[in-house]
Parts: sequence; C-alpha cells; structure tokens
Amino acid sequence: MDLLNRGISWRSARDWMIARFIRVSAWLSIAIMFLILVFIAKEALPLFYEPDAMAEVGWSRLFLPQNYGTPDAPLKYSWHPVSVEPKYSLMPLLLGTLKVTVIAMIFSIPLALAAAIFTAEFASKWGREILKPIVEMLAGFPSVVLGFFALIVLASWIQDLFNFDFRLNAIVAGVALSLAVIPIIYTVCEDALSAVPRKLREASWALGATRAETTMRIVLPAAMPGIFAGIVLGFGRAIGETMIVLMASGNAAITSWSFTDSTRTLPATIAAELAEVVFGSAHYRVLFFLGLLLFLITFVLNSTGSWVISRLKSKLSGES
Amino acid sequence: MGTGRHRIFWDRAIRWLSAFAILCILAILAILIGIISYNGWGKLSWEFLTAAPTNGMTSGGIFPAIFGTVALVLLMSIFVAPAGVFVAIYFSEYANRNSWFYYISRQAVNNLAGVPSIVFGLFGLGFFVQFVGKGIDRTFNGGELAYGQPALIWAALTMAVLTLPVVVVSVEEALQSVPRSYREASYALGSTKSQAVFRVVLPHAMPGVLTGSVLAVSRAAGEVAPILFVGAAYFLPHIPTRLTDQFMHLGYHVFIMSTQSPDVDATKPLLYSTVFVLLALTFILNAVAVLIRARMRVAQRSV
Repeated sequence: MDLLNRGISWRSARDWMIARFIRVSAWLSIAIMFLILVFIAKEALPLFYEPDAMAEVGWSRLFLPQNYGTPDAPLKYSWHPVSVEPKYSLMPLLLGTLKVTVIAMIFSIPLALAAAIFTAEFASKWGREILKPIVEMLAGFPSVVLGFFALIVLASWIQDLFNFDFRLNAIVAGVALSLAVIPIIYTVCEDALSAVPRKLREASWALGATRAETTMRIVLPAAMPGIFAGIVLGFGRAIGETMIVLMASGNAAITSWSFTDSTRTLPATIAAELAEVVFGSAHYRVLFFLGLLLFLITFVLNSTGSWVISRLKSKLSGES
Repeated sequence: MGTGRHRIFWDRAIRWLSAFAILCILAILAILIGIISYNGWGKLSWEFLTAAPTNGMTSGGIFPAIFGTVALVLLMSIFVAPAGVFVAIYFSEYANRNSWFYYISRQAVNNLAGVPSIVFGLFGLGFFVQFVGKGIDRTFNGGELAYGQPALIWAALTMAVLTLPVVVVSVEEALQSVPRSYREASYALGSTKSQAVFRVVLPHAMPGVLTGSVLAVSRAAGEVAPILFVGAAYFLPHIPTRLTDQFMHLGYHVFIMSTQSPDVDATKPLLYSTVFVLLALTFILNAVAVLIRARMRVAQRSV
C-alpha cells in the first residue's frame, strides 16, 4: 500500500511538472515578440539620447525638410546617408513605401476579392476544392523568385509596353508585390464569404433574388468585416515585403509623387544598406529605427486584422 | 430591382467578371511556372547540381548553395520542431480558452506570423549575433571573436523564430483532430494527463508535426531577407563545416546572381536554372506536406 501511494504521488508530481513546463513554453511566442521589440529598440533609440547621434540625426532631420548648402537654398527632403553631409530624411522612403503599396493594393484587391467571390459563391463544390489550393500555391512562391521574375521578365514587358523613363519603377515593383498579396487577401476573403450561413442565401433566393443579387447585397455585407481584415493583412504584408521591392523598384531614394520614377521603400533600404554600415554609427541606428517603425506598423495592422476576424467568427457562428 | 432583362444581365455580368478574375490569377500562375520551367530546364544537369560556381557565377553549378540551404533548414528544424510542438500542446491540450494568458499567447503567435521578414533579420543581428554571440565570446572565449559574427547557427535560429507560427498552427490542427475518445480511453485506463498527451495524443498527431516541419523548411528555403545580415555569404570557396561558419543559400544566390552579376547575359541561363531548382524544392516540399495531411485525414476518418 505504501509503495503504491508513493508511486501515485511520484506520477502526479511528474504530471504537475510537465504541465508547468508546457505552460512555461507557451511563454515562448510572447517572449519572442517582446525580445524583437526590445532588441530593435535597443539599437535604434540611442539615436534620440546619444549626443553624437543626436548631432547627426535628430527628430527634425528625420521628418522635416532641411536646408542643405547655401542659406537661401530651398528646403528639401533628402536621404543620402553616405555623403560628406549625411542626410537622413525619411520622407522619400515613406513616400516610396506608400506608392509601391498603393499600386500593389490597386491590383490585388479587385482581383483577389472577385476570385474569392467566384470560389465561394459560383464555383461548384468540386471546383472550389481544386481552385483554392491552386490559388494558394501563389503564396508558396519565395519572394526572391517573384523579385527575380519582376526584375528579369516583368520589367522588360512593362518597358516594351509603356516605355517609362526608368525600367525599374514603382509600378513594376507594385505589380510584382501584388502577386505576393493576392493569396493573402484571397484566402481571408474566401474564408469570410463561405462562413456566411447558407440560410441567409436561401432566404434571399426564396424572395426571388438572383445569385449575383444575393452575393452583392446579402453575402458581401455580411462578410464585410472579414474582407476588411483580408485587406488589412494584405496591406501589412505589402508594407513589409523586402526582396521583391529591393529587386524591382530601382532603389532610388527620390522624393517624387510619380509612379513611374524609380523608388525606394523602408524594408529595401534596410536590406540594401545595413551590410555596409559601421556598427553603432548614426546610420546603423537610423536603419534599426526604420525596422522599429516597420515592426510597429505591421503589429498594429495584424492585430487589427486578427481581432476583426475573431469577432466575425464568433458573430457568424452565433447566428447559424 | 429593375426589369427582368436587366437583372439577368447583371447576374451574368457579375458571374463572368468574377470568373475572369480567377482566370487571371490562374494565368499569372501558369505564366510564372511556365517561363521559369521553360528557361530553367536547359542548363539543368547533374553537374549543375554538384559543382561550385566558377568565373564570377557565369559558369559552374550551385552545389554550395544547395548544401548551405539544406544545412540551414536541418539545423532550424532541430530548434523549431520541439518548440512548436510544446506551444501547440499548450494551445490544444492545456490552455483554458477563456484565460487572458491564452488570448495573449495566441495573439503573439498570430502577430509573429505577420512580422516582416527583414525585421527578423534585424532581430537576428541585434539579438543572436550582437547579444548572444558576443556574450558567449566574452564569457567563454576571453573576448576572441568566434560566435559574435554572422554564422550558420545564428541564421538557423533566426529562421526558427520566423517559422515557429507555421509549426504551431500545423501541429495544433493535428492535435485537435485526434478524437476525444482516445483521451478518455487513456484516462479510463488510469493514465495522468501528461501520459495521455505524450503517449496517446501526440503519437497520433505525428503526421501534423511532420507537416509543420516540412512547411517550415519550405518557407525557410525561400526566405532571404532574414539571413542577409546573419550568415548568408556571397561566395565561399569551401562548404561550411562548423556552426560558426558562414554559408551560401539558394535564395540569396538567386538574389546575388540577379543583381550583382558581372556579365548578365552569361549568368541568365544559370540564374533561371537556380530559380527552377529553388521553386521545385519549395513546391515538392509543399506537395509532401499536403499529401501527409490528406493521408492523416483519411486515416482519421476511418477510425
């Protein structure tokens, strides 16, 4: 009896220890997110309190137009970290990121949403099971392959068709980027559309609405939060994508609203310049600051997206 | 609502427009795969796969890049598979789904999946190389530089962090699909919770662990941005033999060949073939994952 008792208590002690261990390991993902924030901020933030870095950079130089050269020269936004007088204005990079992202969204939202509508609403059950994995194959393309395709093939096509001043420009990069964004928007929208309870559709049909009327006036409004979430998640991916833009945008940091100019984005700047900077220099810290910005922007976008999706899920599952 | 003819017209128009959109996407896919396979097939040979690049990447093969990629993903799997399994076990078996801790750790995994890959590169440099690596050098090597520089081990760890959500999602799905009756049968025979989890549920979810690892490997084989600063090398005369060596990587090799080749026309056929190899590798891995998952579903259904 004594032996048996000891056996049981040893077993339950071990069980308790394993449960503890599992619980502790669940901290892993939280710890990683925290460490990413801390270690990027640690390299970036001395920018705002170290005297040397402050003399070279500072808030106003990052965000306000500056006077370079003669006193009466026009104020300019300029990113030239490697020059006699280093210039660190983030405006050309932010504008470049915005331009490329907007083009990617203009191409990907209509295509992905319409394709999701077809898959969820008009395709047969059999067609749906084939279409979805095929479109999602696009998500399996490594971004360096899409970048390669944009650089070698797509840029030449666009050059032949439109003959822009620069072979590599925001349009080429944006179109290539849309290939990476399409599968994200498609998957999230398709899930949202097919999660709309069938009885809503049946009620609409019974009232004499056509299939398309049902889709546009009943199913789409019901799935709207999910579609919004898909767009937000796609936007987050587009802002953070590095290799495609690095290879296809031409990488000139010029402040211009023109979509046909060569363009440089935040992630591409980090990728192109970090390998050559002096460790601990102001330039090095500015690049980590760009990374911090990217991390925070995508964090907000992704949190919003997944919050909307989880709310929609509980709402729709409550209804049916 | 308009007249009947109008309504039929719009019904048709919307159907056709949405069908056209999906046809566009399928066409893009076909063009991508078609162009890469058509141009990439030519130079593909046994020699291409087993030789090193020569003459500034205008001739020779890609063996060091393949070797480096395989070494990277194997090392990464050693780190990410157990970590992903433990987190997934927590989510599926132990977590109280109404607790704040469950909510926050779930959000952390979701958010981790959306962090831009270049940010992982910065993290790898700032944390693994500068903090952990330099720390090891200071404590154990008397300040001599060994670990505090870009290396295979740091690249593998960075990739492991990046692919953790992939493994967690896949393993959790597999754990969830193990029927409840298995757990109950195990308890009925007097097992503790951990015994039920590790001896009954987890073995049945093994295909999910495998699927997750394969998907993670496929992702890591193609990601370039995270390893730009933590160990990928432009060109190396030797293959890496130690954890602290730098390495060549297929994706990085594609990037270098497309952007820094001294002779673009001479590099192009090799470049296409390298892209073809990389793409074939990721697709084969993905196909393997899909097959394992499908077999798992069939096996579960027959229970």
